[in-house]
Amino acid sequence: MAVPASGVRGQEPAASDRFDPFVRIGTDDTVTVIVKHLEMGQGVATGLAMLVAEELDASWAQMRTEFAPVDVSLYANPMLHGMQATAESTSMANAFMQYREAGALARAALIAAAAEAWSVPAAEISAKDGLLSHPGQTSASFGAFADRAGSVAVPDSVTVKPDTEFSLIGARHARLDTPAKINGNALFASDIMEDDMLVAVVARPPRFGAAVAAFDDGQARKVEGVEDVVQIPGGIAVLARSTWPALKARSKLSITWDESGAETRSTRDLWADYHDRAATPGKPVRTEGSVSTALKGAPTALEANFRFPYLAHAPMEPLSSVIRFTGDRAEVWAASQTPSLDRTNVATVLQLAPEQVSIETLDAGGSFGRRGCFDSHYLTEAAHIARAHGQGRRIKTVWTRGDDIAGGYYRPMALHHVRAALDKNGMPTAWYHRIVSQSIFTGTGLEAAVSRDGIDRSPAGGVEHIPYAIPNLQVELHTVDTGVPVMRWRSMAHSHAAYVVETFIDELAATAGKDPVEYRLGLLATAPRLKAVLSLAAEKAGWGTPLADGRYRGVAAHSSFGTSVAQIAEIALDRTGRLKVERVVCALDCGLAINPDQVRAQMESAVGFGLGAALRNAITLDEGRVAETDFDSYQPLRMSDMPEVEVHIVASAEPPTGAGICGVPPIAPAVANAISSATGRRIRMLPFLPTKR
Amino acid sequence: MAFTLIVNGESHTVRAAGDTPLLWVLRDELALTGTKYGCDSGLCGICMVHVDGETRPSCAMTLAEAAGRSVTTIEGLHGPLAETLRAAWRELEVSQCGYCQTGQIMAAAALLAASPAPDDAQIDRVMDAVVCRCAAYRRIRAAIYRTSRPGGEP
Repeated sequence: MAVPASGVRGQEPAASDRFDPFVRIGTDDTVTVIVKHLEMGQGVATGLAMLVAEELDASWAQMRTEFAPVDVSLYANPMLHGMQATAESTSMANAFMQYREAGALARAALIAAAAEAWSVPAAEISAKDGLLSHPGQTSASFGAFADRAGSVAVPDSVTVKPDTEFSLIGARHARLDTPAKINGNALFASDIMEDDMLVAVVARPPRFGAAVAAFDDGQARKVEGVEDVVQIPGGIAVLARSTWPALKARSKLSITWDESGAETRSTRDLWADYHDRAATPGKPVRTEGSVSTALKGAPTALEANFRFPYLAHAPMEPLSSVIRFTGDRAEVWAASQTPSLDRTNVATVLQLAPEQVSIETLDAGGSFGRRGCFDSHYLTEAAHIARAHGQGRRIKTVWTRGDDIAGGYYRPMALHHVRAALDKNGMPTAWYHRIVSQSIFTGTGLEAAVSRDGIDRSPAGGVEHIPYAIPNLQVELHTVDTGVPVMRWRSMAHSHAAYVVETFIDELAATAGKDPVEYRLGLLATAPRLKAVLSLAAEKAGWGTPLADGRYRGVAAHSSFGTSVAQIAEIALDRTGRLKVERVVCALDCGLAINPDQVRAQMESAVGFGLGAALRNAITLDEGRVAETDFDSYQPLRMSDMPEVEVHIVASAEPPTGAGICGVPPIAPAVANAISSATGRRIRMLPFLPTKR
Repeated sequence: MAFTLIVNGESHTVRAAGDTPLLWVLRDELALTGTKYGCDSGLCGICMVHVDGETRPSCAMTLAEAAGRSVTTIEGLHGPLAETLRAAWRELEVSQCGYCQTGQIMAAAALLAASPAPDDAQIDRVMDAVVCRCAAYRRIRAAIYRTSRPGGEP
């Protein structure tokens, strides 16, 4: 039995034509949108299809999607250094006009083809709901002109609709991927299973940076179904005819590791190092006025240290991929988040030119940043396995949950040291902020691109542009290098930056004896969109109105990736300390919301994702070994933990900005502030609860 | 060894080691990939199937244990309740990445078969077993309500 690796997607309808790289109209009336971004749950495939359908005047029922092949000349993301990539909530922002223009161009081509066929002026033909018509009572569906539209002359440029004529954009539309995802037919990379395929699992080093010194695969090779055991740079790979024998054989490998280059410190050692660094000045990230002068003369000053652990992404589908290497070509099937980089990295391992490698992108079973790794490590690993095993067969590399959680590429650990001064009215006059963390860009090809004045400020993201008007501001950064690989984690450094800024500003308000919402509003004159969402969330949450016994509220607001989000968390906290976040009111301004229901879904998701991490998640090292290995020690948020989430989207005609990740930063500080209002205690170390149940 | 089990009403003889988790039998041997891998010890519940009518994480049951029993996977989940549930899933746009959704639906279908109008505590008790990293939990709960009550609300 087989689940084919190809042919499931990308079936060409008979005699279709390509209008441009983004739209294909079939003679069977289907309109296929070529999606240049990875669908990992955020609804981007449906969103891009809406942009095309809107300008094309198609009917929603005829829309289909297909993921783009690797081609940066066609499918680059200009907001991500020109790579073909999906990250940092840039998809809608970068593709908004591109896909609309593609739809408008396809419409123009269809109309030109109909005009030619009907011998009428193009201007007299209209399009609606997938039909072309002429007042002389001639009409035809798009498919009738699919062929001819490919050869007619179309204008070099087209005009897109004014916002006032939108009929699809801004309304609710069914996700195109839902039916397959609820009947079991959706195909993820891990589902591919061809008859002649091999399944590989890898024994990776117990400590980051260790390497194989010697190994004995005698017992492993005896497992029925095992076909090969190969050494690759990252460990030992077992290849078998199916998954279970591969896993079983892996457990029977005997490997001696060379740990001379490995990270062997424990989490407490790393913290000691972080604290040492925090005691000294860091690289300047931003300096306004004179913080030291203001701190010296201030009637009130506060200071605090905050600690944030490494966090795993733990997407529901662990990293899996399929590769076939045939000497002068390699085919890859994966939920590729950075196809252009992934292709180059795979080609390098196989000593091929990038053009000799193809990637078929499939849906991702979640990512949260995990699949966007700059070194494409899970795909280069697959390439090494293919190279070591030999050419010809498809090989699926499977990651287990344990491989995933202990596998690194975490949200970096971070230490923040903050000091603030208040004037006699309790308003902040100085804010001094020192951050110690790793940068996800260190040593990558993007390090120079993200740096300004030679400083990679990314670990200070979210602090550098603190929205509050504080006359004296100083932000410094220590970038630490450890042996632990780190990566983007939904909202990047904003996840801890917002926590520090939003809990500390709350503390300043409390010290000043002021309402935390009013206090913030008074400091947000230069951030009108953030101010507006904060006011809206406060109004919708009934901020200031009495709550039932045992219920408390907390607020936080933060802008990231162009989107402003405010959240008010209502918690229940009983005498035994049992905490439940009951309700979150979320207001946001993401510019034009293309598919408002999916924006809401992303806010709900971000609240749950951020809350789960804040409640119980930490990746810790015990002499370099990751202590968390499964969902028992790395507890995911579950149904009973999930608050009710009420989302209010500010109506806007501004261009769309981010959604998928922008709801994450405010949730942890909003909950922490609610806990503080209940207990008077300020939480400066995450997670909130013990990490094991 | 060869084992015979009934999957979605059809008898299958599978030649594999008896300790092979049912999950891998379904996915690798029978090409029923709607049942997804999420962990190895029943901790995330996304590989939920029905075995003789009871929900079981298929990663935590061996082929030898499943032999002779009747297994239903998402591909074989049919009938009025299943279709109403799927309709609610579509109407409420529950799924995001979608990877865990087949397990969510299997668990929800079993819950509703046993308790036609479950309250929040009953829903939590059963559905806490199935993890969704996209945290689509509010919509999953809403879909269960919509399926079990005419108005869709508790």
